[in-house]
Amino acid sequence: MSSRAKILRDGGGWDSPAAKALARTWGDKPGLIGWISTVDHKAIGRRFIVTAFGFFALAGMMGGLMRHQLSVPSNTIVGPDFYNQLFTMHGTTMMFLFAVPVMQGIAVYLVPLMIGTRNTAFPRMTACSYWIYLIGGLTLFAGFAFGTGADAGWFAYVPLAGPEYGIGKRADFWNVLVNFTEAMGLMVAVDIATVILKMRAPGMSLRRMPLFVWASLVMAFMIIFSMPTVMLGANLVQLDRMLGTHFFNPAEGGDVLLWQHMFWFFGHPEVYFIFIPALGFVSAIIPTFARRPMFGHDAIVLSLIATGFLSFGLWVHHMFATNIPELGKSFFTAMSFMIAIPTAVQIFCWIATLATGRLNFRTPLLFVLGFFFVLLIGGLTGIILGSVPLDLQVTDTYFVVAHLHYVLVGGAVFPLLGAFFYWFPKVTGHMMSERMGQWQFWLFFIGVNVTFFPMHQLGLDGMPRRVYTYLAESGWGTLNLVSIIGAVVVDMSMLLFVLNVVLSLFRRERAAENPWGAPTLEWAVPSPPPPFNFVVLPVVSSREPLWSRETGGATHVSGLATGTREGLVTTVLDAVPDVRYIYPSPGIWPFVAALAVAGWLIWSIFSVRGALWGMIPPTIAFIAWFWPRKRENDQHLALEKRP
Amino acid sequence: MNAVLDPAGPQAAHIAELWWVTLAVCALVFVAVLAVLAWGLWRAPRGDPQMVPGARPAPGAEKHLIRWVTAATVISTILLSGLLVASVATDRELAQLSLTNALNVRVKAHQWWWEVTYDDPQPERMFATANELRIPVGRPVLVTLDSGDVIHSFWVPRLHGKKDLIPGRTATIQLRADKAGEYHGPCAEYCGLQHAFMAFEVIALPPEQFETWAEAQRKPAADPEDAAARRGRELFLSGSCMLCHAIHGTTANARTAPDLTHIASRTRLGAGRLANTPQDLAAWIADPQKFKPGVNMPAHLLPDDDLKALVAYLGMLK
Repeated sequence: MSSRAKILRDGGGWDSPAAKALARTWGDKPGLIGWISTVDHKAIGRRFIVTAFGFFALAGMMGGLMRHQLSVPSNTIVGPDFYNQLFTMHGTTMMFLFAVPVMQGIAVYLVPLMIGTRNTAFPRMTACSYWIYLIGGLTLFAGFAFGTGADAGWFAYVPLAGPEYGIGKRADFWNVLVNFTEAMGLMVAVDIATVILKMRAPGMSLRRMPLFVWASLVMAFMIIFSMPTVMLGANLVQLDRMLGTHFFNPAEGGDVLLWQHMFWFFGHPEVYFIFIPALGFVSAIIPTFARRPMFGHDAIVLSLIATGFLSFGLWVHHMFATNIPELGKSFFTAMSFMIAIPTAVQIFCWIATLATGRLNFRTPLLFVLGFFFVLLIGGLTGIILGSVPLDLQVTDTYFVVAHLHYVLVGGAVFPLLGAFFYWFPKVTGHMMSERMGQWQFWLFFIGVNVTFFPMHQLGLDGMPRRVYTYLAESGWGTLNLVSIIGAVVVDMSMLLFVLNVVLSLFRRERAAENPWGAPTLEWAVPSPPPPFNFVVLPVVSSREPLWSRETGGATHVSGLATGTREGLVTTVLDAVPDVRYIYPSPGIWPFVAALAVAGWLIWSIFSVRGALWGMIPPTIAFIAWFWPRKRENDQHLALEKRP
Repeated sequence: MNAVLDPAGPQAAHIAELWWVTLAVCALVFVAVLAVLAWGLWRAPRGDPQMVPGARPAPGAEKHLIRWVTAATVISTILLSGLLVASVATDRELAQLSLTNALNVRVKAHQWWWEVTYDDPQPERMFATANELRIPVGRPVLVTLDSGDVIHSFWVPRLHGKKDLIPGRTATIQLRADKAGEYHGPCAEYCGLQHAFMAFEVIALPPEQFETWAEAQRKPAADPEDAAARRGRELFLSGSCMLCHAIHGTTANARTAPDLTHIASRTRLGAGRLANTPQDLAAWIADPQKFKPGVNMPAHLLPDDDLKALVAYLGMLK
């Protein structure tokens, strides 16, 4: 083993006095207050992931119930009102409460470890965002439990979600949930982008940054540029609903299509910022299990960035059936075809890497191979949907339901489950059962295809989306029956997954720090990592630091204090050490502020006055949070260089 | 059962052609990529985690891989460009359907039914129907689309793709049926509670049959001939029916629900929910909520005889 890899592994000694001092400095206070106050990115990331999987399970059950209702014609398990809430909640939960938060949570957990630093840049903000996310999700489900579940679809088109046709408080719950999740998404994205650009280990220039970190960076910027539009849109709908403005009322000069533009200008990039971190997982898993550095690293980075940019030019392909100018639509067909190219480049690079590697067929790699199959079908049907004439036939039919599940299950859930197996030992210190993992993979792979493939044909047979039932003479019964058989197989796979997680957590044997022989820095620390991540911050001189055979040169940063939460800010391009930085310490105020913000948003569902007076508690909480504290001030002053 | 791929008119036929071309290219790409992947997996040697990978290959050592990946990317780009040309060409063909001597029909969507008005330069020759669009075979139809409430979508898969009906934004769609037949059209944009039962039928008739039908539709409702039907009309005009429905030639002129002047000539009831038989019509009038929960029509607790009389009257409105 090279001396560099050895020092990284030993990290200056996990039992050294320095490590003990760091553990005191970075550890959380015991008890509930300590648990709530933590700013450890690993604790926050874990909470995001666990909560998101909880919402995933709920939304999955709703999907199962819908398949059950549609399994035979004229079924009466649920009525139209409940069915409309079910598909709205299913889509909203999957997109806003599962897919985005789980990807962000994994980035919050992994990015600081992968780039060799001790915490995220703004850990208190991220802690606050978690509580906002949790309360927002619970608020939406509380509405659902009391019969006020949103029912205008996850896209919430006006006028159906507007003041005249969106009855009761259902659409208000949805609009306010958007505020909750977008506030969360933006806060986490700012944190991720900052830590990646300013806190990488010395020597980790942009060229040496791991591909998953690149994917997280692209995701963060996409969130920052896309989420504000839907947040603005939802609040304009809320103004229409609560104050009687007419942004979307054609009778008073408003325009209902405005909402569709605002929603899809966010909605289409959203699909891609769920997909891009998943591409990052694939790019992390493939080199480890092919035992070679990634072929075409630079091409993959450029493809990720290109995908991020192009994804902002596709939104109108959700609106081809509206009467916007035909020539404009063709432009969006071209853009929709063009975005296939960067994804194709990545697929070719991955295949080249696998074909020239030495393959270790473990569960994470299996999920990546499943991803190739399922995503490819979803991507190719996406080309069909990108073409204006074909889209006019298949849009808003079950063909789209098939397509979007192939893209999101293939493009996001397969890599996510692979990533779960891959990083589970790092996060928990336990290996998952390989045998059960392989069984789970095959059940999932077969179940997903049996559930969703027949839907392509259902769409061509003329079955529209979002119908709570259909008549026997439509002839759609057989394929819907096939579909529910697949759904049962998916359920079995998921039960096996939960069982595997639970049993693995109770297994006595501990995972080694690098069980897969992976190249990136998160595998240089114990499993699970200590609160301070690294005893000494590493210095990086290659893309695969743990595979590097170089000797000589600096291996780690020395001279950082162990008694305070000190870290290093480095330059954006070359990661040259710039200034020392004191990380924020734990505190209760992020939690209190999240409660105050949640109270304000929930109050605003029910009353216009609430939207106004409710701002007072968050203001107080934020002032208390940012009030200068003498001890922290002194620390910052002590670090300040005098001219 | 196959709808999209069984075209009955030129517009759907253009799209079906494009479908087969696109599907062939996509299937080819799918098979090729997976075959190369399988070949790569099969030929690569096996490894294990203990194996420390070799150093990053020197630049230039993997030239053959670069060549392969570049070639695959170039081929993908060429195929996509070809599909783009095919797509735009099809779009052009769709826009170029000749509208000479076109039949002008206005369709207005409501939660959850379709109001159909046949335009004519002479106002007295205009007529209205609901949930059914009869058109002459071989003659182009220009459908003007509008919505009375939320967004709906007009879709007859065997004739053409979709066009949304958006409040405040009038749209048009051009189509033509080249074969006589009945073509189902479901609402294709989620429009609330009964989106599932908001369908219409397009019935393409030979031109002379269409003219006969249209002539009959222009006439006011027939007068009842027997006692039951007379009693039925009395009930219709004295009860709550006329608050929403119209029957031309009587005092019922309301426009918030389907025009019933010639209801007996239609094939379906409740926007596609039921077949138009006397039994189903009676069951529908008695309790529409049972078949279409949330529909705007309330239940009617009529004595059996009255219900029969009402059905007899409506049944003669051919």
